[in-house]
Amino acid sequence: MSALGRVVRSGVGRRRVQTAVIGLATAMAVAAAVLGGSLLTASAAPFDHAFDDQHGAHLSVRVDGEKATAAQVEASTKASGVTAAAGPFATVTAAARDKDGHDLPPLTVVGRADPGGAVDAVTLLTGAWATGPDQIVLSSDAPVGVDPSRSPLGRQLAFPDLPGSPTLTVVGLARSVSRTAGAWVAPSTIARLTRPGSTAGFQVLYRFAAADTAEQVEAGRAAVTAGIPAEAVSGTRSWLTLRQEAARETALLVPFLVAFGVLGLVMSVLIVGNVVAGAVGAGLRRIGVLKALGFTPAQVVRAHVAQALVPAAIGTAVGVVAGNLVALPVLAETRDLYGAATAAVDPLVNVVVVAAALVVVAVTAWASAWRAGRLRTVDALAVGRTGGPARGRLAAALASRLPLPRSVTLGLSRPFARPARAVAMLAAIVFGAAAVTLAVGLAASLTEVQSALDHDTADVTIGSPDLRLPPGVQAVQGPDGRTISRVPDTADRAAIDAAIDAQPGTLAHYSKATRPVVVAGLSSPCPVSGFTGDVSFAGYRMISGRWFTAPGEVVVPSTFLTATGTAVGDTAALDDQGRSVVVRIVGEVFDTRDDGMGIFTDAATLSDLKADSYSIAVRPGTDVAGYVTALDSALRPQSTTAEAATSRGTSDTLLLIAGITATLTLVLVAVAGLGVLNGVVLDTRERVHDIGVHKALGMTPRQTTATVLSSVVLVGLVGGALGVPAGMALHGEVMPAMARAAGTGMPSTVFTVYHPAELVLLGLGGLVIAVLGALLPAGWAARTRTATALRTE
Amino acid sequence: MTTPVIELRDVRRAYDDGPPALHDASLTVLPGEAVAILGPSGSGKSTLLNLIAGLDRPDSGTVTVAGVRVDRLGEAASARYRRAKIGMVFQFFNLLDDLTVADNVVLPAQLAGMARAEARKRAAELLGALGVDRHADTYPGRLSGGERQRVAVARALVNRPPLLLADEPTGALDSASGEEVSALLAELNADGQTIVVVTHDLALAKSCTTRTIRLVDGHVDDDLTAGTAR
Repeated sequence: MSALGRVVRSGVGRRRVQTAVIGLATAMAVAAAVLGGSLLTASAAPFDHAFDDQHGAHLSVRVDGEKATAAQVEASTKASGVTAAAGPFATVTAAARDKDGHDLPPLTVVGRADPGGAVDAVTLLTGAWATGPDQIVLSSDAPVGVDPSRSPLGRQLAFPDLPGSPTLTVVGLARSVSRTAGAWVAPSTIARLTRPGSTAGFQVLYRFAAADTAEQVEAGRAAVTAGIPAEAVSGTRSWLTLRQEAARETALLVPFLVAFGVLGLVMSVLIVGNVVAGAVGAGLRRIGVLKALGFTPAQVVRAHVAQALVPAAIGTAVGVVAGNLVALPVLAETRDLYGAATAAVDPLVNVVVVAAALVVVAVTAWASAWRAGRLRTVDALAVGRTGGPARGRLAAALASRLPLPRSVTLGLSRPFARPARAVAMLAAIVFGAAAVTLAVGLAASLTEVQSALDHDTADVTIGSPDLRLPPGVQAVQGPDGRTISRVPDTADRAAIDAAIDAQPGTLAHYSKATRPVVVAGLSSPCPVSGFTGDVSFAGYRMISGRWFTAPGEVVVPSTFLTATGTAVGDTAALDDQGRSVVVRIVGEVFDTRDDGMGIFTDAATLSDLKADSYSIAVRPGTDVAGYVTALDSALRPQSTTAEAATSRGTSDTLLLIAGITATLTLVLVAVAGLGVLNGVVLDTRERVHDIGVHKALGMTPRQTTATVLSSVVLVGLVGGALGVPAGMALHGEVMPAMARAAGTGMPSTVFTVYHPAELVLLGLGGLVIAVLGALLPAGWAARTRTATALRTE
Repeated sequence: MTTPVIELRDVRRAYDDGPPALHDASLTVLPGEAVAILGPSGSGKSTLLNLIAGLDRPDSGTVTVAGVRVDRLGEAASARYRRAKIGMVFQFFNLLDDLTVADNVVLPAQLAGMARAEARKRAAELLGALGVDRHADTYPGRLSGGERQRVAVARALVNRPPLLLADEPTGALDSASGEEVSALLAELNADGQTIVVVTHDLALAKSCTTRTIRLVDGHVDDDLTAGTAR
């Protein structure tokens, strides 16, 4: 082995603590960078990636099987501009009923022999593809109550209205980015799901040579439908529409993930650079010895770069594995939200992070060692033997006058003796505290968002206040498994009001009726919610303006204002079943249901609105179950029932964000703590002789621990004090960006979530990170044997 | 009968698999004695000093100092023992560069919980008595070797320990400074301070101690009173 090789090997082996810290810091930083980088790539056009992965359909066309022949449809796949096609697949719309007898919303069922193909290669998330006559594969987007926490496999779906009342068993759950079906069955099963006297339709999926613009997709549509009778084309859907919908759904998450991703990457570079620079700087005396033995500056540099790269390479390997392990569950969650097909870390992220980590280590080690290599040998040899520069003496003198135990004041002034190291630790703590502040702020904001979205809160309901029923349908099972019902048309509304008023436990109540109206300038109708009674407890949050107080006044969500180009104070013309009604917009309300296009007003604004539901708040201390029983008997003549309102729970998106926030915060705090650990390790190693002197003079292990821990107190407090406003500023950027991306305004309570006491606690979080980071070296210092420490140069 | 300040009985200490650094070592030091431990490198002098100072523990045997069984102490207890029972003076002074002379001297007193004002008063007395009071607010790096060692002696005495341990106290000094320190130790002993000096300097042993113990290969070879060690 060459002399250089021996030096590198002995350097790695003898300086075990620093070798371990470099390895650990690199591992943590690489893990954080893999996670951060993965989130950034996952957040970059997730729909486009998923669409590419699945060879999504640029256009899906549904053809009426009674008005076109299979040959005509087949021929369309050869049309000009078509690069690939799938189908024709037989398709029907069928309404199933679950085992509890609840009607489920109608499903588009497609007969496909397998999930793959040149277009719309469906991803099977769990289970198997449907091959038998009694098997069905549900889409993860199916509106039939797919509960993500429970396996859908084995669920029975009955079709009682069809001949033979077929019952199919769910054998798989799949995702189509092109959203081509609510469920898939074997082609032969379609016949069993087709009503007598009708013919199954065809579904054809196309990819075009050019489909980037609406015009290009339209040209493709014209080409493929040219050979099919116009009246036979019962529906087409462009991938551009899907992409727009997907963007709206995922936009909320992107600014949040980008913020955490960038934080992770910046911290990784900071920590690795700091650790390596510190380690090389701490080896100055050794460099002096090597030069005295005849090593050239270039050899010294090479030796130290190699010494840093050996543990860094091991740390990088460990970090990549750890980063992938941490990233996978997070990515699986983002995949579900983004509707992406895969949840694997992009290999490019791994490659880039590994290369970047090693380059950062090599460059930092090279820069530090180059500086050290140029030191005069005699100066390098003197390091550690002579007193260091007289930095921090004033601070030490001032600290010694503080009315605190000497073991504490000895530590308090340490940052001033090593300002560069203290600044590096400070930066790590600032980032960590900022991450925690951002996370706490996001959690509070999202709780506010949830609470603001969770309106129509009540103790007791009659009918479902959050109605999603097609006209004429009395009750269905909602996507989350709850039964959605309405008060029957035949019920006497005045009698219901009287029955509620007659209950002694009633505190307040209101009724709500919903009817679609056409708004001038909009192509799709907007649902109007007409209220009667005291709506004050319903929990609607205003973004601007006020709640309506009289018929003719309405409040609308931000999306409505944007879509109609109106503002609070403007009027809007509604077409209500052919009758024109002019209303004044008096407020902007926070509501994202109905794509943010709902209109909220007094029931008297529209004529003949019949309440679909009632929401009741009971007096404090009222036995809700007893109240419901009593009200139920009073409502019996009206053929409707009351029920205790159940919590709708937190939305999946918000739960997902909360989960990701917790994971990311933990990783970032760990990285920040490692930055402190590194600084304190270098400091205690450098001062081991002084520690020995302290101990020889009677410093107990506990006092030694106190000295080391107090050496990070100032840095922790200042880091917290700087990190908290930084985190708040980041929150101030991220939340509005999330709101903008989601296309809605938000109530001010969503942005102003930090309370003074909480800020103090968050500021102390910097101290906690600092102390946690210093614990290990403090314990090491406390355990160091005095005689050994005194012998250390 | 006078209780010994130091009593070692059949002490043995070995490191790793090597020959014992100290074996069958027994030693008694009475109050007011000034004892020099002499011996060449590797004779076990430092091991003996570390055992008395509670910096190390014997493999067997007992070490009792000022009534304390030092060989049984844990880390925290031995730190408290050092504060209360011994003062240490080192070859290379071991003053803390970032503290002033006065702050160096008061440090052991403050670690022991003495009020700052009281500790500073005591330090001022000692620095005055040792002739370095004009350097109280100076940093150690600016002092001569002899002055630094005087400061170190002041620091060792700040808690009024019954025993002063000195490890080659003149080893890093020029001859003039060495003589000054030697005289200082003799003076302290004359005032009743029990002193143990570890050295290989026979002249120092002669000038400031009343008894000389010679260590050879880890055991006590000679134990001579003043005037007989030559």
